[in-house]
Amino acid sequence: MKKVSLGITLFLALLLTSCSEPKNPNTAVYMLLDTSGTYTKQIKKAQGILKYLLGILNPGDSLALARIDSASFSEKDIVAKVTFDVRPSMANSQKRAFMASIDKFAKNLKGSSYTDITGGMLQAIEYLNETGAGSRYILIFSDLKEEIKKGHIRDFPIAFDGVKVVALNVTKLRTDNVDPREYQKRMVKWTQRVESGGGTWRVINDLDRLEGLLD
Amino acid sequence: MESATIWTSLIPGQPAVSIITWLVIIVVLMYLARKPAHQMILVATHSLRNALKIMATSVWKAEEKLKIRNQEVLLAHGREQVERYIEREFQRVETIINRDLSGYPTLQRDLNMQITRINEDYVHSGEVPPQPPEWLKAIETVAQIPSESSPVVSKILNDIHSTLKKAMDKNVGEYRKANKERHGLLKKMMPYWRSLNKTLESVERKISGLESRSNVIDGHMQHYENILAKSDYAERMLSSSSLTQFFISGLVLMIASVGMYVNFQLVALPMSEMVGAGSYVGSVKASDVAALFIIAIEVILGLFLMESVGVTRLFPVISALDDKKRKAIIWSTFSFLLVFATIESSLAYMRDLLAADREALSQVLSGVEVEEPEFRWIPSVGQMVMGFILPFALTFVAIPLESFIHSSRTVFGMVLAWLLRMISMGIRLVGNLLIGGGRFLVTLYDLIIFVPLRIEQMATGKKS
Repeated sequence: MKKVSLGITLFLALLLTSCSEPKNPNTAVYMLLDTSGTYTKQIKKAQGILKYLLGILNPGDSLALARIDSASFSEKDIVAKVTFDVRPSMANSQKRAFMASIDKFAKNLKGSSYTDITGGMLQAIEYLNETGAGSRYILIFSDLKEEIKKGHIRDFPIAFDGVKVVALNVTKLRTDNVDPREYQKRMVKWTQRVESGGGTWRVINDLDRLEGLLD
Repeated sequence: MESATIWTSLIPGQPAVSIITWLVIIVVLMYLARKPAHQMILVATHSLRNALKIMATSVWKAEEKLKIRNQEVLLAHGREQVERYIEREFQRVETIINRDLSGYPTLQRDLNMQITRINEDYVHSGEVPPQPPEWLKAIETVAQIPSESSPVVSKILNDIHSTLKKAMDKNVGEYRKANKERHGLLKKMMPYWRSLNKTLESVERKISGLESRSNVIDGHMQHYENILAKSDYAERMLSSSSLTQFFISGLVLMIASVGMYVNFQLVALPMSEMVGAGSYVGSVKASDVAALFIIAIEVILGLFLMESVGVTRLFPVISALDDKKRKAIIWSTFSFLLVFATIESSLAYMRDLLAADREALSQVLSGVEVEEPEFRWIPSVGQMVMGFILPFALTFVAIPLESFIHSSRTVFGMVLAWLLRMISMGIRLVGNLLIGGGRFLVTLYDLIIFVPLRIEQMATGKKS
């Protein structure tokens, strides 16, 4: 009898220890939109990406759009954010409302003098962590050329902790055409910064093939 | 490296000679240890082989036990089935007797009446030849008188002739009248004959129906006796029947599972609206679990309904209930099924609405003008009808499920017995291979030390 009860206890202990906390199946996406220079004219492409995201995100997922301007580490830069209701009909209504707010933002878009990508990333990580989603993405719609306002400090490591960063439509600047190594240096710098912080880095320039965007 | 140095450094500076010397030493040692080495190899292989033989024997015994158990289960199931068939045939016979032959006293009375009627008509139609008048004897006598001598006699004879003719005409008339009457009576008898004929034909059909039923019962009883006698023939027939049932019911269950999948697709999306699409049970969506639960409940209700009606016998508890309680279960399960069917029909409609909303959203996102397709109501109605019918269709899954459960025991038992046989044969094979391997090692050992063995043979040969 003692052996049987010991056996049962061991079995239950094994069962409990083998059951780990299940991963949250939801997805959270934070899109950073560069509003400096020529990128203001590419808002339609960003809208296309958002429409694609609205099509593939499910009830329970989260989506946010924020602008990259001179000082991006601020909730005021978040243009629109939503966590979709668990009911599909409500989620569809929220998607329509989100699209309407993006369209309104696109009409009143103003450019910025500086480009604080790091601040935007930090704000994005904060938002994504709050959602508690299992899969977290930061999409950066920018040329990745960071220009920090004087006095702002941004040269420190960022803890990405499993966040997947995807750079979209990284256009080449005039200076990149003069010396392509500038472009490559920028890419390497961001790749190292993201991967050393525990994140993953990808670049997608062909916006006609967004199928693997959230892989 | 060190081991290589040992081999080549026995005689310093002469690695080849060192190696040869080592080989000679080894061969000599092996020759000296030949007998014990042989014994060791043979004892090891024989011990292993004996252990394997014991293992094979125990596996074979397990297989035999399993075969006996399989046979018992198969025959018990076959007996139960045949008992059900016989019971069903007797019920049919009872129905025939109650329905068709319960009116036999009335039938007999009708037959008697008809026969009496016919008898009477027959008696009436009997021909009674007209009796000749008595005075004809007198005329006969008078006619014998010769007429040539007397005109009076001639006149009398003529008178008699005319009287006779009149009498004959009258008789003929009466005869015809009587015949006509007789024909009329016989014509009246015809419907009774026909009715009697039909009645007798109906009795004959019923009797022959009973006869054919009794032939069927005879066949079943013969089969039953074979099963009770545990004959090989009965076992083979039951095994073959079980295999056939297994495949047929398996195929039907596969088709039913497709139906369940369709049902699931109808219900899952609207369930996500009710339960929420973002919640999960483990790695499965809660809405999917809820949809599967609904389908499972419908299948279970179908099982209980089939059980209560007496189509299946998966739950002896239900079969043993009295009729009143079974009727209560029938009505309650049918009511629940009806409710679920109605719920599914409404869920199917909700699904259609959600799908349309999703489609409209896709069109908005892709910048296309939202268009309401024509005849949108047709797929909506179709989905609602399917949502209503599928739960009732799934009720009948109980029938192939019962067949599959019963036949799978036999099939899996046969497969397991075959596996045990294969394992037993494999173990025996390994044992035999070990013996062969042992002999091979002994021969290899002798091959290595063939030189001293040859010398020994030559020395032994010289001495003798």
